[in-house]
Parts: sequence; C-alpha cells; structure tokens
Amino acid sequence: MISIRDLHKYFGSLHVLKGINLDVEKGEVLSVIGASGSGKSTLLYCINGLEPIQGGSVTVDGTDVHAKGTDINKLRTKLGMVFQQWNSFPHLTAQQNVELALKIVKKLPRDQAREIAFRQLRHVGLGDKLDVYPSALSGGQQQRLAIARALAMEPTYMLFDEATSALDPELVGEVLDTMRLLAEEGMTMICVTHEMGFARDVSDRVAYFHKGVMEEIGPPSQIFGNALSEHTRKFLANVR
Amino acid sequence: METTQSFFSGFTPYDLLFLGEAALRTLWISVLSISIGTVLGAIFGWILYEGRWIATLTIAPVLDIFRSVPLIIQLVLFYNFAPIVGLNLDPFASGLVILTIYTAALVANVARGGIEAVGLPMRRAARSLGMSYWQDLRHVVLPIGGRAVFPSWVGVALGVMKDSALVSVLGYVELLKASQILITRTQEPFLILTVAGAFYFALSYPLSRYASHLENRWAQ
Repeated sequence: MISIRDLHKYFGSLHVLKGINLDVEKGEVLSVIGASGSGKSTLLYCINGLEPIQGGSVTVDGTDVHAKGTDINKLRTKLGMVFQQWNSFPHLTAQQNVELALKIVKKLPRDQAREIAFRQLRHVGLGDKLDVYPSALSGGQQQRLAIARALAMEPTYMLFDEATSALDPELVGEVLDTMRLLAEEGMTMICVTHEMGFARDVSDRVAYFHKGVMEEIGPPSQIFGNALSEHTRKFLANVR
Repeated sequence: METTQSFFSGFTPYDLLFLGEAALRTLWISVLSISIGTVLGAIFGWILYEGRWIATLTIAPVLDIFRSVPLIIQLVLFYNFAPIVGLNLDPFASGLVILTIYTAALVANVARGGIEAVGLPMRRAARSLGMSYWQDLRHVVLPIGGRAVFPSWVGVALGVMKDSALVSVLGYVELLKASQILITRTQEPFLILTVAGAFYFALSYPLSRYASHLENRWAQ
C-alpha cells in the first residue's frame, strides 16, 4: 500500500503540493487528472523519491520513502515508472535496455536477464524488436519499451507520468492498450493522464488535482457523472 | 668547398630512422598526456557539473588559466620555475606535466558538456529503475554523454598531439626538435619538414579514421 500523509512540496517559494492525503491499495488503478501545473506529476516524483519533500510523509509498504536510512534504490525497484519522454537508452538495443537494470541492480546472471527481457518485450508486443536500437522505433514502440523496462524489475506498483502526452495521436492507442492490459492483470497503477477515456474506463478511482490540492477523489462514475466540486466540473467541461 | 662539406651533409636513410624514433617520442608523450589528461579532465568536468559554486571558487579559475595561456609560455615558465620549488624535472617530465594539465583543462569542459547532454529526464529514468548515482553515471551518463562529445574529444586529442611539438623548446627531442636538428645539419628544410609533416599525419590519421569508424557504428 502507498500512503501519503499531509504531503507538502515546494519548488523554491512555489508551493506545488499543499497537504496531500492519499492511500492507494494493492491492485487498484488510480488515475490522476488536472490542469498542467496542478502538481500531479510532482506527486509521482515524490512517491518514488526523485523529488525531495518539505513536509508530511510517503510510505510504500510500510517504508518511509523520504526517511534518512531508507535504501531508496532498493525501494525504487518496487515502483516502476514510465515517463512522458520515454527516455529509452539510445546506446542500447531494446533487449539491452531491459537487461541493464536487471544485470546491475538486481545482479541477475546474463541468461536469466535475457530471458526476462525477452518475456517482457513480448508482453508489450515488441518480441520482434529485440535487437533494434531505439532510434529505429516509433514513439509508441519506445514508450512500450519503457514499460517493459520498468516491468522487468517486477515492481509492485507502476507510476505513469503522462505516458501518452508526447506521442503522435495515432500512437496513443497502442500505449493505452498496453496500460489496459496491465490493469487487467491486476497491476497497481497510478496514472497521471490527460486521457479521460482511459481514466473513466480503466480506473477504480479518479483523483482531480487543482492548484496543488487534491480537490476530489472518487470512482469514475462520480467524477465524470456527478462531480462534487465546482472546479472538477469546470475542468471536465473544458477538456471534453 | 671542402670545409663546408664537413659541416653540412645530405639527408641519409639513417636520418629517416632518427625522425622515426623522434615520432615515437611524440607519440609517447602524446599518448601519456592525453590518457592521463582525459581521466583527470573527466573528473574535473564532473566536479564542474556537480560542484557548482565550490568548483567556481576552486578548479574553474585554474582550468581557465591553463586553457587561456599559450602552451609555449606554460612550458617555459614551468620548466624554469619548477626547480625553484625543488622539482627537478627533465624536459620530458616537464612537458608531460604541462601537456597533461592542458589536456585536462580542455577535456573538463568537454566532459561537463557531455554530462549536460544526457539531461535530467534520462537520468531520472535510470534512477527510477533502482540504479544508484554511480551506476547511473557509469552505465547511462558515460556511454550516452561520451558519445555525444566524442568528436570534440577527438579534436582535443589531435590538437594536443600536434601541440606536443612545443615541448621541443625545452630540448626534448621529439619530431619537431629532431627536424630542426636535421635541418641545421643538412640545410634541406623543405625535404625534412615534409617528412616530419608526413610523420605527424601518420600519427593523427589512424586516430581520426578510427574515430569516424566509431561514430558511424554508433550512428546506427
């Protein structure tokens, strides 16, 4: 379980997250929606410790992410992350991209890493691209490669930071399909997204962020059908 | 006529051997200073990138001096002032020290550029997979940033190789000094400088060929 308690985050004097309280249970799919600059991506970075926090706490399976003694590198293997810019390692083939962390972080032997890489790449539909360099892959394929790379570490949770925002429209579908597949398999997911269709159809709960505050959280039927907050309704009216 | 013949004698095959030997000395001092200087420069570049104000106060100005003052002045100053502080270095060692620092100063900026070229998002992706700071630096930043600035580094290396000719002012008999000696004896500057130039070319060309071969392979 991921527990966020009274989380405060500042960039300099800018108060980006203003006291967030949130629990995400295992197996749950949570979509986080909201305007740009509402703090939703920052929330993900605070969950896996890529951004330090200034107040409150984030706990993952009982471990305080931001505590001094925490082995953050070990904890991060539990928290797979997929970024807006897919960030595939350009000097490595698809297979080597997936193998790298298995070899140096998990210290798996070569053939075991190879086998996991193959399995995960096939999982996201890239089984025929093992020896291809990222430069020869489309944006959608690179994003699926990034998903495979994160999945290979066998994370308990997957964090998606606007995974489809940088893609050409015709490539969004293949990535969303992969994310749907993961959700169906029972992966715990926090998806920061602008894809309202995905948020409505796939998530168990949807959270709406407004100016650093979690304005509203509830099942998709509530958020999209009968939102309690005026801000939520306004936002959804504008994006649709 | 007979007296002049005893002073000057023509270019002999043996002189080619002499030049070849000198070319090896050029190669030796270049390879050493470029290798050590590159390692030091990479470390300095990392400090420049990470250290921010600490680096600005310490190594950055020193590196600026070594990059800005003409190499020949650095060599003469160091060779003549080192004994005052108790360092008795021969021309080779003095040349090596200065060429190494000079290389390091140039490589430091190249290396910092390489780290910057990788970018924060890429490094966060690496860290998000559980890599430590050093694993990210070794397995992500080094190969990606290294490739990005490799052509600049080759430029530095070739430059230092040619600049090593300046060590001749200290009396180290490398390619240029050897040429001067032969010119004095044979009075055939065109021939000898052409041969020396050919030697320099023979030293540089393999490196630039190998570099473009690597770049082609990486471009895939």
